[in-house]
Amino acid sequence: MITAEQKPVDEIREMIAPYKRVLAVGCASCVAECAAGGQKETAILASTLRMADKMDGEERLIEEMTIDRQCVKEFVLLLDDVLEKYDAVLSLGCGAGVQAVADMYPEVPVIPALNTEFMGETKDQGYWTESCLGCGDCMLYYFGGVCPLARCSKHLLNGPCGGSMNGQCEVDPDVPCAWQLIIDRLEKLRALERLEMIYPPKDWSLKQGKGPRKIVREDQQK
Amino acid sequence: MKNASRLKKVLDAGKFAVTAECGPPKGADPEVIFKKAEKLKGYVDAVNVTDNQTAIVRMSSLAACALLKSAGLDPVLQMVVRDRNRIALQSDILGASALGIRNVLCLSGDHQCFGNQPQAAGVFDLDSIQFVEVVRNMRDQNVIAGGEALDAAPDLFIGAAANPFGDPQSFRAIRLGKKVRAGADFIQTQCIYNLERFETWLHMVREKGLTEQTAILGGVTPLKSAGMARYMKNKVSGMDIPDAVIKRMEGVPKENQREEGIRICVETIERLKEMDGVRGVHIMAIEWEDAVAGIVENSGLFPRPALEQG
Repeated sequence: MITAEQKPVDEIREMIAPYKRVLAVGCASCVAECAAGGQKETAILASTLRMADKMDGEERLIEEMTIDRQCVKEFVLLLDDVLEKYDAVLSLGCGAGVQAVADMYPEVPVIPALNTEFMGETKDQGYWTESCLGCGDCMLYYFGGVCPLARCSKHLLNGPCGGSMNGQCEVDPDVPCAWQLIIDRLEKLRALERLEMIYPPKDWSLKQGKGPRKIVREDQQK
Repeated sequence: MKNASRLKKVLDAGKFAVTAECGPPKGADPEVIFKKAEKLKGYVDAVNVTDNQTAIVRMSSLAACALLKSAGLDPVLQMVVRDRNRIALQSDILGASALGIRNVLCLSGDHQCFGNQPQAAGVFDLDSIQFVEVVRNMRDQNVIAGGEALDAAPDLFIGAAANPFGDPQSFRAIRLGKKVRAGADFIQTQCIYNLERFETWLHMVREKGLTEQTAILGGVTPLKSAGMARYMKNKVSGMDIPDAVIKRMEGVPKENQREEGIRICVETIERLKEMDGVRGVHIMAIEWEDAVAGIVENSGLFPRPALEQG
């Protein structure tokens, strides 16, 4: 999932200040799972903004709606029927959602309400962790299902560095050393020999070699 | 190598090598480097120049190495993979060799969050082992990463670091084995205070036959005070300072603690000299270059061996 967190209300208020009719648009997918931009969070943010306006004596219409996936054109199209009522969209989608809406409605200002964080997992209630960089060439097999690129602070493919102590990363004692996790896993899988191999430099051209990436699949196209 | 460094020659001659460290200044004044060079000259075989250590912006290691070289010392260019991608690293390797620098130490580097530029992007395009291998291939195969040929190969004695005290302990010798296979000619270790644990590591390393394939220089840092010992134990990652060492420092009056720190350092070197598989010592007297000459003399390592010119 893509995780995100809400921006500070003051920052959002500053960005919507020029607009008198704002539609807050939530997204019921990833950002709902991480409690940042789902229906509930969208309703709370909209009412917080309305209340703040009221306190400051500002006249502004703020309404909300939530669509299933802000990053998919078919769902974004649902905004067609309502958008003319507003002069700006406050998007509670991830960075992709914000841009999908902006791309569809070139005349409408689309303001991000969230800071998009990472691709990760829900570990527990209110607890999400980063686990994938989207490198374009998954190496998880070799590392026992723990990604050193995403989870080692120095992205070491031949770790651990000298700062691994008691299973913790030198950068932050709350961060487990990814390499300790890898070694522990490979030990359990009886595959410690994978640690003897020198992994060559990562081919980053798969991630950033030709600018922003796209996937084109003719078999999926009508 | 066509032009061996002094460090390589000393090791090849079977002598116990001595290296020291020179931290570049937080400024552009070359005199700082020359002053440090004066203090070290004649007492050590080579001098490591740190590369923005603890992620604090300082004069570039490459420039400081060139200055040291001009002052007649044999510099060891420390290079971390934190700040430069493979293009910049390889380019600096070529530049260093062109300037006559003959030793390089390939490191990961302290994470950028520890320094004075915590907002910086950490590069880590290569890791230290990959970097060693890239430099080795440049030197021995005349190719850069990816296999393209060079017009002229760099001439460098290649080093890497090892932390005998990092976790998981059982993996440390395996990792050193990878560094050696990648091409590390010499290894400088993290500061040794826990001799027992160091010997356990050295034993594992010897068992794997690694001491035959690479020259291990034991790292030592003289303690300036009991406070410094406690700080290093608690705050510096990968550092193992036994309580006995801290107690010993605390046991002498403040004004004598520097002397005691030097004494501990000399005793450690004496022990290292006796260990099978340790071929030298790397003295990291942090911002305390004055201490090096005395340590070298008291450890019976002065004068440094004279070498034939060539």
